[in-house]
Amino acid sequence: MLPAGDDPIRPAAPTPLAITLDGERLEGVAGQSIAGVILASGRLGFRRTSAAGRPRGIFCGIGVCFDCLVEVDGARDVRACQRRAVDGNVVITQHDALPVPPSSERGGRDD
Amino acid sequence: MTEVLIIGAGPAGLAAARAARRRGASVVVLDSSDQLGGQYWRHLPAERPSAREHTLHHHFRRFQALSRELEQDAGCRVLRNAQVWAIEQGGGPGASAGPGAVHVLLGEPDGTHRERLVFRPDRIVLATGAHDRTLPFPGWDLPGVVTGGAAQALAKGERIVVGDRVVVAGAGPFLLPVAAALAKTGSGVVGVFEASGTPTLARGWLPQPWQLVSAGGKAFELAGYVAGQLRHRIPYSTGRAVIAAHGTDRVEAVTIAGIDADWVPIPGTKRRIAADAVCVSHGFTPRLELAIAAGCALGPERFVTVDDGQQTTVAGVHAAGEITGIGGVDLALAEGEIAGHVAAGGTVADPAVAGAVRRRRVFARFARRIEAAHGIGSGWPAVLEADTIVCRCEEVTYGRLCSIADSTASRSLRALKLSTRAGLGICQGRICGRSIEELLQARTGGLGDGSSTDRRPIAAPIRLGELAAGITAHPATDHLTDTAKGTQ
Amino acid sequence: MANDVIVVGAGIIGAACARALALAGVAVTVVDRGTTASGTSAACEGNLLVSDKGPGHELQLAQYASSLWDATVARLREELGQGFPSLEFDRKGGLVVATTAAGAGPLLDFAALQRGAGVEARVLDAADAKELEPDLTDAFHAAVFYPEDAQVQPAIATDALMASAQQHGARLLENTAVTGGIRDSSGALVGVQTPHGPLRASRVLIAAGPWSGEVAELLGVALPVRPRRGELLVTSRMPHRIFHKVYDGDYVGAVGSDAGELQTSSVVESTAAGTVLIGSSRQQKGFDSRLEVEVLGQLAAKALRLFPFLAGAQVMRSYGGFRPFMPDHLPLIGEDPRLPGLWHATGHEGAGIGLSLATAELVRDLMLGTPTRIDASPFQSSRASLLPHLTGVAA
Repeated sequence: MLPAGDDPIRPAAPTPLAITLDGERLEGVAGQSIAGVILASGRLGFRRTSAAGRPRGIFCGIGVCFDCLVEVDGARDVRACQRRAVDGNVVITQHDALPVPPSSERGGRDD
Repeated sequence: MTEVLIIGAGPAGLAAARAARRRGASVVVLDSSDQLGGQYWRHLPAERPSAREHTLHHHFRRFQALSRELEQDAGCRVLRNAQVWAIEQGGGPGASAGPGAVHVLLGEPDGTHRERLVFRPDRIVLATGAHDRTLPFPGWDLPGVVTGGAAQALAKGERIVVGDRVVVAGAGPFLLPVAAALAKTGSGVVGVFEASGTPTLARGWLPQPWQLVSAGGKAFELAGYVAGQLRHRIPYSTGRAVIAAHGTDRVEAVTIAGIDADWVPIPGTKRRIAADAVCVSHGFTPRLELAIAAGCALGPERFVTVDDGQQTTVAGVHAAGEITGIGGVDLALAEGEIAGHVAAGGTVADPAVAGAVRRRRVFARFARRIEAAHGIGSGWPAVLEADTIVCRCEEVTYGRLCSIADSTASRSLRALKLSTRAGLGICQGRICGRSIEELLQARTGGLGDGSSTDRRPIAAPIRLGELAAGITAHPATDHLTDTAKGTQ
Repeated sequence: MANDVIVVGAGIIGAACARALALAGVAVTVVDRGTTASGTSAACEGNLLVSDKGPGHELQLAQYASSLWDATVARLREELGQGFPSLEFDRKGGLVVATTAAGAGPLLDFAALQRGAGVEARVLDAADAKELEPDLTDAFHAAVFYPEDAQVQPAIATDALMASAQQHGARLLENTAVTGGIRDSSGALVGVQTPHGPLRASRVLIAAGPWSGEVAELLGVALPVRPRRGELLVTSRMPHRIFHKVYDGDYVGAVGSDAGELQTSSVVESTAAGTVLIGSSRQQKGFDSRLEVEVLGQLAAKALRLFPFLAGAQVMRSYGGFRPFMPDHLPLIGEDPRLPGLWHATGHEGAGIGLSLATAELVRDLMLGTPTRIDASPFQSSRASLLPHLTGVAA
């Protein structure tokens, strides 16, 4: 994030806040989205996909792609780009493995 | 007094609200965000005031004045964090006549115990806008590859850049403001790569240049962007595309190639450049699900069909802005004004909207020129490889999509969605839908079941507990009372 | 090539019948005004159940069908190869729970009757039920487990049956509507009219699900098949916590009733994609598919009675379809006595996916004159319970 002192639009002094992401403390400012706090900490990927375990983070930034899902204070499937961070939020990254197929199906799948 | 419900508080919705109020209607404006302004006027939250924020935007003072006017107007009720998740059509079983029932979740986005409201207004104005259309390409699912809209939202709404060496690519004049926002947020923009070649651009932009002049502000706006490009020394190339993004857990480089008029890569023109972020936008997809849920017909180009008064095929339901055709802010403002005026009982012939009618004509012509210049080339799938993800949510590759289409020999989009999983993930086809349809049309020789990926009866996710709870709050029929929900 | 049979409808019934006939060497042409699996077969849950059927002819048909599914899925996999998408066939079993004290007795009585008819219906105590489904509510009063209940992806199954039928010589004409019948001089039905020209065959089989009545009318007879709307909710992907089909014990009552107004009864299960499917509703409102929030709300509330943890689940989409409802609650399988040459395989209400394979074999055996494995006369349109609902033949 552009440091307030360097920002040509001359922001007022921000109010700090902190959240945890998978137990690690991240600092942000009031008004940021959870995605904003995460991105500003240097993390680009904060979810793993279900089938291939690939990293995802922000894609559309406006709440339509649902790539940026995190668990916030116990609630799953929260779009990090849409939810403003609140001081003390406990954020957990989501990775939902697919169910194991029934034995009759294993080996019958491609991909 | 006519009650007009406006869904969407971007330029079209705000203009509609003001026009409806001027006609004396009582107005409710709903927006799923906690801010007004939509995507075009995406701005910093109240907690982060900035002295020169307007330099990031166009017509920002106008927007601020408009928002203030509506929020201070006792006859206009503005509900933020108000997500419309379903519309029941009027005249349905057990339902009264009229435009229908609008079901709303009120509370923080993706909350768990949001309030449920239902509105049964006399008139509805749908102004739900659009989102980026980003075509799939190898590596587009790497972190750091984002849409143009994301770059804007992060820059203007958060003062965050996605990277320090950013490539901007895709098609359309929207690439210019994306690059400008990135530059003004401290990012190094490596270059802007526009897919359309210069001859196509010339065909679109150059004929009848007086149309651009009469589009007034539009020409100045773009001139400003071009000047900005020069000031920041950002190269702008035409006939070029990002055909692949490379990296392990994030993007580290891209391959740029020259493409022909159909967007097929030209052999021998590939060039690899380092980049830590890529912003790609190939145009816009209108957000049609609420219009479809309300029963509105779409035209052959898949926008909401409206008449001169911006009324849809459903009596009492109007539509304005990008959902009637991608046309940018000036067209949205004009359409919104007409829609609000007519929804509130006026007619399109009234002198009060003469200016808007004229502006609508001018900016609609401009919009058609943009489409002619920047429309997606039919050869875009040439960049896809077998392992390129085409449905992000369900991780469906191009190879799997094709092999299932071949092995089932199905020509049903519905059945192919079920067998491939494409379009069935949590984004419900918003990102991939149009692309999947095109790829399957080509692969099957023609889909025959008449379904589309635009239809989403559940327009936004709702928690099962919220759904089970029933209606939890009743908006007063007298819309002039204050809301006590703490959302303003 | 002379068509021996024209099958009208490329849903699962039509596809299964086409395959069974083609495997028996019959020349088959399937016509559909849309594409394969463009109707109810792609808009349902994929239930292969015995648990919801009391002793009677439908149960017999279901048991017959159940005996065919494993082998058919295996055979289809061989025929169609690894590249064909998985049918997601899973004999996961069904757990029926009584969520009210008043419902416990009737559930247990019903299970006893079913056991008498050869259905495996194991009464479980609370601990056993919770071992099968740890997240099940604690507030239930009886639980019965049916190991035979199974799940399949119905649209893929339809595609697979049709692909196999074609491999064995069946012809498929999509986007080809039936616009009328062709009669010979004796008045027998010898083909159908379509916008692309006439198609002739010695038999025409209507397998058009809830639209069978419309098709029958075009061919000159009335058929009392009516649509019965059902809605389903689909959640987003979540960690796997539901392992069987789980139903509220009032499901049975809904299936067998004639009531036209909204009835809901909870059915909850996971899918191979990690989502949770939540049903089910029954309404008679013609072919009106418009959303009713009240219906979805009831589905949600009843699902939470079974699995309270689902309160936080995100519903990401809803979909629905039209079951083909028969006034006497039995499918219609066999030749129509009113019109020589006209055959039916329709009216399966909410059980068509499962019953498809057995229906297909009955149709094949009846057409070829070979012995049927079960008595098919209860399904024929000449049955006494249906006669009040039939009228004669239009000229």
